[in-house]
Amino acid sequence: MAALKDIKRKIGAVHKTKQITRAMNMVAASKFKSAQNRLESFRPYAGKFMDVLNSLALRVDAKNHPLLSVRDPKKIRVICMTSDRGLCGGFNTSLIKATERFLRDKLAQGKDVTLVPVGRKGRDHFRKKAATMNERTDVFGKFDMSLAVKISNDVIPPFMSEEYDELYLIYNEFASVSTQRPVVVRLFPLPSIGQEEDIDPEKRVEYIYEPSDEVLLDRLLPMYVHVLLFRALLETSAGENGARMAAMDNATRNCDELIQSLTLQYNKARQSAITAELMDIVGGTEALAKG
Amino acid sequence: MADDLILEIVTPEKMVFSEKVEEVTLPGTEGEFGVLRGHASLLSSIEIGEMNLTREGKKSFYALNTGYVEVTSGKVTVLVESAERSDMIDKDRAQRAKDLAENNLARIAKEDADFEVMRAALLRAITRLKVADRS
Repeated sequence: MAALKDIKRKIGAVHKTKQITRAMNMVAASKFKSAQNRLESFRPYAGKFMDVLNSLALRVDAKNHPLLSVRDPKKIRVICMTSDRGLCGGFNTSLIKATERFLRDKLAQGKDVTLVPVGRKGRDHFRKKAATMNERTDVFGKFDMSLAVKISNDVIPPFMSEEYDELYLIYNEFASVSTQRPVVVRLFPLPSIGQEEDIDPEKRVEYIYEPSDEVLLDRLLPMYVHVLLFRALLETSAGENGARMAAMDNATRNCDELIQSLTLQYNKARQSAITAELMDIVGGTEALAKG
Repeated sequence: MADDLILEIVTPEKMVFSEKVEEVTLPGTEGEFGVLRGHASLLSSIEIGEMNLTREGKKSFYALNTGYVEVTSGKVTVLVESAERSDMIDKDRAQRAKDLAENNLARIAKEDADFEVMRAALLRAITRLKVADRS
């Protein structure tokens, strides 16, 4: 009988876990929805921004701008963007792995690498394993453009003053609910902008620039960094919740399977208990009849 | 169409405004300027400040964060990091932000890297309060 009770208790426990995972799945689904909407509504801004930046960069010789200056990369910084919370499948693990691979490569080349972790999971992982600075954690609950501005304010001035020579951003690119790919993007020096082919000739307009075109470019380039970072933040947030949705969906299904097999076990145990009891009674009456 | 002036205000969060207007006044880096239909093509950066627009004879006011504006024939595109209409502004929050920024500014030296950040925060709060009073 003890085994029977144990199984019953186990079924109850799994059932409760299932309720939790299902609730988490629904919470993640609603967060995912809003994250995806934000990503969607960010698109026009990013698109328009790139149009203008490209047409401006065509006019100005942008190569001289400090944010575009290429130096011998001895000191490297890496922004590693993970989520703050776990329970989202391989979302953070794959990103951390990609970051570690990147770190190993650069260290093997004799570079000096410092990490800038954004998000608690990455910070916790690398805290004792690598040099870190300017970390930002617990940011994904509620964030807006000002977070991207804060991060760029951490990284732009030291790059300009040549404290380091290259900046990379590693984040999970959001492809779909179930697919997020870690990507490595070089932020500084900014990859060339204003390629001829990027621009729709019909959109090319001669503008009056106010202030001068160089000053304007000087203003727009940091904003470009904000745009890149903000997009990465949005994609991370959408990807995290998408991954959690998928993970929790799986967990809920696993719970169902477990409950099913436990119920089967329970029924078998109950059946054999009844059989054993019957045998007892039969055995008892037989003994009485003989006596 | 040459006799229309379409204004679009785009922020990273959403398209705030996209409609026909008669006139727009913007806080450009080189000073405030107005745009009427038929304005020459222009690209200008925008400072933290106040924008107003006239639509069907009625004025409305917005508090803008930094960004830029692109004027092409018949169309004004304002790309800013945030834009709030006067009646959407939470005055208490703006007041708190202002107090906080003032306190912070008083504490740190002018050379501090955060000084500019704080100054911008203060400017934003002041602008929001000013614009909120317009409605």
